[in-house]
Amino acid sequence: MTIAILRTLFALILAVAVDVAAAPDPAQARKLENGLRVIVKEDHRAPTAVHMVWYVAGSMDEFNGTTGVAHLLEHMMFKGTKTVKSGEFSRRIAAAGGRENAFTSRDYTAYFQQVPKAALPLMMRFEADRMSNLLVSKTEFSREIKVVMEERRMRTEDQPHALVSEALNAAAYRAHPYRHPTVGWMNDLESMSERDARHWYARWYAPNNAIVVVVGDVKADDVFRLAQEYYGRIKAKPLPERKPQVEPEQRGPRRVIVKAPAELPYLQMGWKCPVLRDVAKDWEPYALEVLMGVLDGNESARLNQSLVRESRLASEVGTSYDSTGRGPGMCLVDGTPSQGKSAAELEAGLRAELARLAQDGVTEDELARVKAQVVASQVFKRDSIFGQAMEIGQFEISGLSYRDIDRALEQVKAVTAEQVRAVAKRYFVDDGLTVAVLDPQPLDQAKPRPAPAGARH
Amino acid sequence: MRLLLLFALSLAASVQAALPIQNWTTSSGARVYFVQSRGIPMLDINVDFDAGGRRVPADKAGLGGLAHTLLKAGSAAHSEEEISRRIADVGAQLGGKIDRDRAGMSLRTLSSERERAQAIAAFADILQSPSFPEGAFVREKARLLANVKEGETKPDTIASKAFHRAIYGEHPYGLAPTPETVARIARADAQNLYRSNYVAERAVITIVGDADRSLAERIAEQLSVALPRSQGAPAPLPAIALPRAQTLRIAHPATQSHILLGLPAITRADPDYFPLLVGNYTLGGGDLLSRLYLEVREKRGYAYSVYSYFQPLAQEGPFQIGVQTKTEQADAALAQVRAVLDAFLARGPSAAELKAAKQNLVGGFALRLDSNRKLLDQVALIGFYQLPLAWLDDFTSRIEKVGLADVRAAFARRVRADNLVTVVVGSGGKN
Repeated sequence: MTIAILRTLFALILAVAVDVAAAPDPAQARKLENGLRVIVKEDHRAPTAVHMVWYVAGSMDEFNGTTGVAHLLEHMMFKGTKTVKSGEFSRRIAAAGGRENAFTSRDYTAYFQQVPKAALPLMMRFEADRMSNLLVSKTEFSREIKVVMEERRMRTEDQPHALVSEALNAAAYRAHPYRHPTVGWMNDLESMSERDARHWYARWYAPNNAIVVVVGDVKADDVFRLAQEYYGRIKAKPLPERKPQVEPEQRGPRRVIVKAPAELPYLQMGWKCPVLRDVAKDWEPYALEVLMGVLDGNESARLNQSLVRESRLASEVGTSYDSTGRGPGMCLVDGTPSQGKSAAELEAGLRAELARLAQDGVTEDELARVKAQVVASQVFKRDSIFGQAMEIGQFEISGLSYRDIDRALEQVKAVTAEQVRAVAKRYFVDDGLTVAVLDPQPLDQAKPRPAPAGARH
Repeated sequence: MRLLLLFALSLAASVQAALPIQNWTTSSGARVYFVQSRGIPMLDINVDFDAGGRRVPADKAGLGGLAHTLLKAGSAAHSEEEISRRIADVGAQLGGKIDRDRAGMSLRTLSSERERAQAIAAFADILQSPSFPEGAFVREKARLLANVKEGETKPDTIASKAFHRAIYGEHPYGLAPTPETVARIARADAQNLYRSNYVAERAVITIVGDADRSLAERIAEQLSVALPRSQGAPAPLPAIALPRAQTLRIAHPATQSHILLGLPAITRADPDYFPLLVGNYTLGGGDLLSRLYLEVREKRGYAYSVYSYFQPLAQEGPFQIGVQTKTEQADAALAQVRAVLDAFLARGPSAAELKAAKQNLVGGFALRLDSNRKLLDQVALIGFYQLPLAWLDDFTSRIEKVGLADVRAAFARRVRADNLVTVVVGSGGKN
């Protein structure tokens, strides 16, 4: 790379904007005839681009007996098509100086590359190719399923906290496929065949079941034209009927215990709660976001301040809530008791904090603090084209429109203290609660038995 | 509209770096590195101190992290809660990192006047007047102890600690907290560490974002004017002796064995860094295309995770290969890893592999710098390790100059089988 190119690169990144406060370009969208949605957001700070393909197919679309196939197929997508050898796509990305990866969740499977902008057409060509031409060979499958089993061992089998999470979901959801782990149950992985992978691919990998998101130093019109050229030739497929599998209302608390080698107990509590379906009309998900911010949005937020810093009941506490998603929602609180405290004591402490909030509500101070963070994060996210692409993809895959991203943020800023109290009272109740507890086991389970009397060494 | 041309022209007129890093020293002796980037109304600030693990006495391992955590636990003027609130109230974000060489804190804030002023005032308070309150000390020490004990049950933590201990021996780079070392730590130790090591003369401030030089100067001054002052150079660290080759096996009931191989290899400033970086891409650093990935994962399905990397430090930082695989095939996977490494050490990369490595490292250079955050991290590195300001400008041309013989020679110097330590954690619970 010559010094002249370097200077241009840096000049772009460090560009002096005449109007520093100018809002970034809004994203634009087109839908191809074959049903593919293409969303582009121009961001000219650096000569790079992010290209993502999101398939509306995740572990929630799996059947019993084949859990883990969505994720396994994600692995298989790197193994070559009818025209492109296994690894060739990766080699070309690497040669262009790019990075790639993919991820599977309960809701979707997404593939992405981050490349210098000149490589974008090549990325689209390859991604379009594997959308319709993937080859799933028995040999490659038999190796890759082993890799996935190692992944399960690494992420779940040998991770007590992950085992707790898995147990919580399996208990909280009886009918809905969110009860299955995305990596799949080990026995399903052991019983999987390449035919399962091929069926999955044939069912779900179609342009009318996909969304392409591009963010970076591109021109929207160029991207739409390229999308038409590469993705446009793929035929739409009739998609299988998706059964709703609506989770019946939970009518009482559920408890599950997991025993695994660890030092400290660990606790997860999950309450069923709503997610966004209508950005304009729904208000509870926004109130829940603010509630979680009051509980855990910074180090002086309620849970950390009260349980870690003051009473020292907990060594760690955290919360998690996603207001968007294809499936049902859950508000999660988790924590590790301090040494000498039990999971039951921590649970009591957490319940007390939530009861206090439901009773007394939140202060204007706390509300303002959460909103200040929301406002700031809107600015900060402009520093990451990857983050912006993720946000667009996440909205779209959840059945919402990327156009509503800013509106959703405005709605969060408009949440009142009374609304926060209302959702706390309504949703943080026992009848919607599932609790999963880690019961730590000593590492050396198999202690040597004492020798029988009279035995010699 | 952007004043691109004007900017580029003003650069061309001098022998300045293509990436304009402005550099000066504050009144108290802290070094400052500033990159103006006005596209987004935000500021990122990082302050690194020479207070990493290497400055901690062996019998009190864990003190470095503990002192670092306590910086925000209360100051002369503000309680812990007030500190957190002041920062959150203006939407700012506080971060912290500690490794063997450095302990640092970072601040991300809006650049608008009110928000910036409050966030920076809070940050200045944290860095310059921590009071190490007794209550917070007791609490954080207990948390650290709990974490250490938890770590002793996790195969990856066990492996990492054993690895560093084995390759570094008594050198501070090999230290890790144990329940015994943590138990010995007193509040006064944290205060002393702060006074001795969080000193202005060894502090490095990096600022990236929406500010002009004059504002950057004021910020740097505000963050450093009241830092402790140096009481003399820190105690010199011993040289690093290369370990003898050995294999350590540690029992654990996990379903996977965690395997690490490596040795102390490379310092930050060493010119071998470039041939090693290029070579490592082929060996185990190049994402989905490295030899380790192809032989261990792709062809045999032994592992989900297999990698190699160099971590240059102030003194020789580690070269490490890592792989996790079910215990039944740990020996087979290890043998395969050794075969790949030995073949690479014997013959180095092929011409095609070398070309691919260079293409990726050069072509992907823009991706290392395409955000304020990434710029901050890169420039902070340059600042702390006193690399030339033109480090980023020269990066790609130095990569391009690396030849096959350079890679072979650098690996022959730095990665010798005679000094390779192997750690295997987990073999079904049996020793």
